[in-house]
Amino acid sequence: MIHVEGLTIGWGARVLMRDVSFDVARGDVFVVLGGSGCGKSTLLRHLIGLERPMAGRIAIERLGAPRDACVGRGAAPAFGVMFQSGALLGSMTLAENVGLPLRTWTDLPPAAVEAVVRAKLALVGLDGFENHLPNELSGGMKKRAAIARALALDPPLVFLDEPSAGLDPVSAVELDDLLLALNRALGLTLVVVTHELQSIFAIATRCIMLDREAQGIIARGDPRWLRDHGDDPRVRRFFNRQAAPTAPAGA
Amino acid sequence: MTEPAPAPPFLLRRDDPPEGPARLALGGRLELAQAATLWAGLGAALARPAPRGLEVDLAGVEVLDGAAAAMLAHAAEAARCAGGEVRFTGAAPDVAELLAWHARAGRPCLRPAPAGEPILTHVGRATLAIGRETREGLDFLGQAVRAATAAVRFPRTVNWRDAAAVLERAGADGVPIVVSIAFLTGMIMAFQSAMQLKQFGAEIFTADLVGISMTRELAPLMTAIIVAGRSGAAFAAELGTMRVSEEVDALRTLGLCPYRYLVFPRVAALVVAMPLLAALADLVAVAGGLFVALLTLDLTGRAYLVQTQQAIDPVDVVSGLLKAGVFGLIVALIACERGLHARGGAEGVGRATTSAVVTCLFAIVAVDAVFAVLFHVYGV
Repeated sequence: MIHVEGLTIGWGARVLMRDVSFDVARGDVFVVLGGSGCGKSTLLRHLIGLERPMAGRIAIERLGAPRDACVGRGAAPAFGVMFQSGALLGSMTLAENVGLPLRTWTDLPPAAVEAVVRAKLALVGLDGFENHLPNELSGGMKKRAAIARALALDPPLVFLDEPSAGLDPVSAVELDDLLLALNRALGLTLVVVTHELQSIFAIATRCIMLDREAQGIIARGDPRWLRDHGDDPRVRRFFNRQAAPTAPAGA
Repeated sequence: MTEPAPAPPFLLRRDDPPEGPARLALGGRLELAQAATLWAGLGAALARPAPRGLEVDLAGVEVLDGAAAAMLAHAAEAARCAGGEVRFTGAAPDVAELLAWHARAGRPCLRPAPAGEPILTHVGRATLAIGRETREGLDFLGQAVRAATAAVRFPRTVNWRDAAAVLERAGADGVPIVVSIAFLTGMIMAFQSAMQLKQFGAEIFTADLVGISMTRELAPLMTAIIVAGRSGAAFAAELGTMRVSEEVDALRTLGLCPYRYLVFPRVAALVVAMPLLAALADLVAVAGGLFVALLTLDLTGRAYLVQTQQAIDPVDVVSGLLKAGVFGLIVALIACERGLHARGGAEGVGRATTSAVVTCLFAIVAVDAVFAVLFHVYGV
């Protein structure tokens, strides 16, 4: 589904990650994990085509390199994206937000758009909130609405940035369940950036773990296997919630 | 502050026995409330060198809080750096632990304090920023041109709904303020010129003066300044907020080009709205002049209007409206550019908005000057 080869990314002249390669298969729930500041979100921004890599290649099936929306006639996006804060358009109601890609990229008459929007909102448990504005919703509802918008065009692939960050445990579990259900029922491939352990064990089929010092991937595979059998101390610390060793106190 | 300071509720005493290390005995309550006294006391006690080392006896400490622990750790570190040896003794377990937490050798500060940057560094940074902003501005201009050509080739990809909404907000909603200011400006111009012209018995030329100066210069200029303050600020703040809350990125991932979806409708709306507002300002300003003429001059309304009609050439009006359209283009482009390049949260949006309005005002006046020269050269 996604093929990444020799990817080098960074900001300005500063390299964050060097020569990273991985593949995401169809139907995977592929989790990108790592500590804060290791470049997870930056990697995501490259995968979805918002930033241009310093070197290397990103190919998304039936798409090639991610496209720039500003070229030519533009094209319907081949995948959906959920941003960490939701990034719903604040001046539009939920129905307008979810309907925006449908109105832009399909010839559906308004009534049909409305029907699809209602169904998508119901899918994420937000039926009835069609005419609410994003700032009238809680954090979890915003994220779910953003998932509905990402699913509006029925893409086979959805990227999610920290879906359960900042949510209470119940909402977080509900969101994980929703993602699993979508993965099963729609055969949706999910690429999830997160550092929430419970969420990782609940949903991930495969993962890669990034590290800031190593500037790349330090582990890949099934997170449960990595937790129990991983031999890299950084990986074990992450999965077992242990603090990094520090220099002894005093002199 | 004349009353004597109460004795501190803690003990701080240094002994320098002839043999062995110097001893600093601490006791009592070491807390934030007494921190200033403690700081001064520690400084004084550790100012003298202790060549055979220093033993800090904490046996008498009843209470130690974070601030006091930080000060102790800091003082000990400073004394060590000066070459002395410092040891803590007699501390109760909880006191020792708190001290250990505060004495962890942190990593050295990664970045010098922001204030007090050397002037050359500052100049260099500012120069780099100018380069970056120029690049961003040119990039924006190129994208805007590309969006405009795309809008002509694929009109369906343009967000016309936004254009209509912006036309209403920037145009129709701006009518009251434009009308009031234009009317007042017309009145002021008429009044000032009438005062002077009266001395020569040439009051009737008030109509010429108001008519020509307003249509050629003042109506477009005043309208542009109002629109820069209203709509320019609004565009920059709106796009800036969308930018920092990732909404612009979200648009891209929905396959929508921000330049086509956000910038083009705003630019198109202002290019249409500005000449309309300026035309209205022309009319109202003449009405303002007429009002003053009727009140203070011995003129009939008919005579004033006929004189105005004879004085104003259609070219005057058209050149003014053309300028207004260009002002609209400039205000919209600058404001959208500043908004889309906002960075860094609420403060960044504020900076983008300020910068948008200031840049717009400067650009309006500068372009007006260019127009004055061009019109003069080509005899318009």
